[in-house]
Amino acid sequence: MTSYFRPLLLATLLAPFIVLSAAAVFIEEKLDDPAQEARAREISGEIRCLVCQNQSILDSNADLAKDLRQIVRERISFGDTDEEVRRYLVDRYGDWVLLNPPFKMTTLFLWLGPVLIFLLGAFAMIVFLRNRNRVVEGEGSSKLSAAEETEIEQLLKSDKSGKNS
Amino acid sequence: MRLRFLIPVATFAGIAVVMWYALFILNLTEIPTEFVSRPAPEFSLEPVPGYGPGLAQADLATGKVVLLNVFASWCVACMAEHPIFMELKAQDTVDIYGLNYKDTPDAAAQWLTRHGNPYQRTGMDLKGRVGIDFGVYGVPETFIISSDGKILDKIIGPVSKDMFEARIRPFLNGAGS
Repeated sequence: MTSYFRPLLLATLLAPFIVLSAAAVFIEEKLDDPAQEARAREISGEIRCLVCQNQSILDSNADLAKDLRQIVRERISFGDTDEEVRRYLVDRYGDWVLLNPPFKMTTLFLWLGPVLIFLLGAFAMIVFLRNRNRVVEGEGSSKLSAAEETEIEQLLKSDKSGKNS
Repeated sequence: MRLRFLIPVATFAGIAVVMWYALFILNLTEIPTEFVSRPAPEFSLEPVPGYGPGLAQADLATGKVVLLNVFASWCVACMAEHPIFMELKAQDTVDIYGLNYKDTPDAAAQWLTRHGNPYQRTGMDLKGRVGIDFGVYGVPETFIISSDGKILDKIIGPVSKDMFEARIRPFLNGAGS
């Protein structure tokens, strides 16, 4: 009974926080059209808050994030496409505002780096395993001398126990 | 093949160097301006009451290098750099324009009365929209603007004496660039 009690109590106490963190979205003003509002949130979720860097402007309570959310809504209500809204922010703050960095020359290593490192690792492993196999094969194929062969023959034929036993 | 034992050591050293660089040299909180060698965005603002003519895009193309300082009365770091601007003004080293960011007219005027006014012109960006057009994400920021109104560089955070000498002085010496 007691062993169940503490985890249960903890779970009950902590459960509201799960809900709270999911609800930490700041909305000061909604667009009338729900489709537009959904787009505004989707875009905001992909824009980095420049003050608190690892949050999107949708999750951030910073003043600048608030202003930028406002701007996203405004651009959308002016009839901008998603791409145009992003362009507007990138023009002012650079690619850094996009949580998802674009694929281009300067970000080539960022995108291809992991694949490159994986291939390097795979190559290193193949070389390593091949070398090891060659060593094992080498040992297996070494020939016994004639004297050793005859000794083995004798040992196999005789019923006597060996010297060591 | 004797040196194979060095492979893990070299790998570790490589990772250590990258991490050391990222921890101590790379400053991720400083995002360089997107505007380098682009003209300043279009804007036109009313002055802080009693402090000089207003500020607009056209006022920045003056035929010489000028500074545009983003400040606010609520900004503590601005007080740290303010004496340097007062000194620049006293020595007539460079013209400085003040962009008053998300402030109230009264508070801004009071702040300038108390700490002195180093600015040739001021503009009140009450809603912070002009700041966003300039890519401002924290106060203070100081833009260095060329003779034809293009942005040369931006200093994020308070300007220190050393920073002025290292990052602003070269532009002033290379006059007109």
